[in-house]
Amino acid sequence: MNGAEVRLTGVTRSWGATQALAGVSLHVKAGTFCVLLGPSGCGKTTCLRIVAGLDQATAGVVEIGGRDVTGLPPAARGVAMVFQSYALFPHLTVAENIVFGLKARSVPSGERARRLDRAVEILGIGHLLGRRPGQLSGGQQQRVALGRAIVAEASVCLMDEPLSNLDAQLRAEMRREILALQRRLGMTMLYVTHDQTEAMGMADQVVLLRDGRIEQDAPPAEMYAAPATSFVASFIGTPPMNLLPVEGGVVRGTAIAVPLGAGLLGLRPEALRIADSGLPATVINAEYLGADTVVACSVGAGRVLARLPGKIDLAEGAAIHLAYETQAVHFFDAANGRAVANPAA
Amino acid sequence: MLKRETWQAWALILPAVILLVAFTHWPAITTVLDSLYTTPKGSRPPRFVGLDNYAALWDDPVFWTALRNNAVYAFATIPASVVLALLMALAVNTALPGRPLVRMAYFTPTMLPMIAVANIWLFFFTPDYGLFDRILAVFGGGRHNWLGDAATALPSMIAVAVWKEAGFFMIFYLAALQAMPPDLQEASNLEGASRWYFFRRVTLPLLMPTTLFVLVNAVINAFRLVDHVVVMTHGGPNNATTLLLYYIYEMGFRFWDTAMAATLTVVLLALLGTLAWLQFGVLGKRVHYR
Repeated sequence: MNGAEVRLTGVTRSWGATQALAGVSLHVKAGTFCVLLGPSGCGKTTCLRIVAGLDQATAGVVEIGGRDVTGLPPAARGVAMVFQSYALFPHLTVAENIVFGLKARSVPSGERARRLDRAVEILGIGHLLGRRPGQLSGGQQQRVALGRAIVAEASVCLMDEPLSNLDAQLRAEMRREILALQRRLGMTMLYVTHDQTEAMGMADQVVLLRDGRIEQDAPPAEMYAAPATSFVASFIGTPPMNLLPVEGGVVRGTAIAVPLGAGLLGLRPEALRIADSGLPATVINAEYLGADTVVACSVGAGRVLARLPGKIDLAEGAAIHLAYETQAVHFFDAANGRAVANPAA
Repeated sequence: MLKRETWQAWALILPAVILLVAFTHWPAITTVLDSLYTTPKGSRPPRFVGLDNYAALWDDPVFWTALRNNAVYAFATIPASVVLALLMALAVNTALPGRPLVRMAYFTPTMLPMIAVANIWLFFFTPDYGLFDRILAVFGGGRHNWLGDAATALPSMIAVAVWKEAGFFMIFYLAALQAMPPDLQEASNLEGASRWYFFRRVTLPLLMPTTLFVLVNAVINAFRLVDHVVVMTHGGPNNATTLLLYYIYEMGFRFWDTAMAATLTVVLLALLGTLAWLQFGVLGKRVHYR
């Protein structure tokens, strides 16, 4: 099974006056792990459902493997999908659930058994085959849903928030497993999530959506290092980038000068360090997380989070100075939030 | 000494227990006892006769006719009303303009009292100027005495019962269909399953708990629903529409042979009990409850 490229051109979806997708164009190369990221209601699930054929675009073209599939029914598109609810058939056993689609397509029984064995071996669910979904844990149900996608041997796999029903520990484990699976099988993955850590950890390509439009389409490292808009900056990173409002050419309440046209100054929490001189700040609180400490401070009129390595004891109200490299600063336009070049970088 | 909680528990279930005992259990027991005695007359107290009443029933040709009629009635109304209910539920479960109206129309027969329904249908079946004869006249059909002909009287009763029941069962199927997560259908669409395949492999099995419930009710109704016989045919012509419960009513309240009525009642109860046991025993195992 090899991946197929997915291309969306000007895809729009509206229900009456509300527009869920406003002309989304997107190219996912064959075999790529692409994450559609965004807050709830941004249109990412709608986008996935349009690729699957479960929803129809009001305008625009969907191509899979170079073939225009805009008008094709879901089954004719060569895609497999893992639903947020897993959509397992409650009255069928695990084995029957996995081969459901193969039976429906009248795949011969020998071939069916071969594909089932392979999926079972990949996922390690041999001991569950005779059980019903109701007798499985969330993680096991998730594996069965993956099994159904594997046996389809589709070149494109779609996943709609597949990990949102799992606890944090299992989520991290499944994240690694899904990524390993995608690499091993080589299929093109379109993965919807609102969790930016999933996007950062898994994706080759992240597409950040907001109000039905693409904010930025880039590899995760680029999205982190060079956010195209202040929205992207405030969405990526734990904690996300600090954004300080600018007034009269300086950061409000400080003496830090900014380039012409910039309305926001952005600084990653991990780009800050405590020094003898620099940005004067007052500690609000310090949250110790083990590997590092997140210190919340007031700077001028704004509020800043600093992520400092190790355990740092700081009393509330303590006056400190925060230093940073000038090339680590980001500037964003006041009117449209677009990134403005940093003269020092 | 009973504990306070025990007293309270008894006090709470007492009203239900009194009603059940007074109107269900006690009459059931006396019915069984009555079937072992002769019918009391003004001058003659009841006399214990053992199973003589059952022997007399065995020799009663009308009883066998009623039993046969009831079997035909059940075998026709049960599958017809259940299948029709499922088809109607599937039809109104899709996005359709004016769907609430259609649903209401399907449910109307259930809301109407059977006596009123029977009178409406009496008009439908009237020879010459009734609805059916009028429609048949358009296609060149002649006049037909639907209820007066022994060959068409029972099928006419069956038609009324199916019309009355299907809408009621549809509500249960509709509720079950609405409770089914839509992503099962979507997953199935993606897997390339045809609508028929999905219906056969997913919808139908998931509706099994509803089907069992509906079937039990349909079986009970096949023996219970006789109001329209009382209004439309009085069991005639020549007992062609005499059903068991109607025969019990005739025996008890027109011939005043209460002992034979009690005997018939015991037979009917035994029959229903056996059917219910079979249904839960055989079908119950194959039902998947979520």
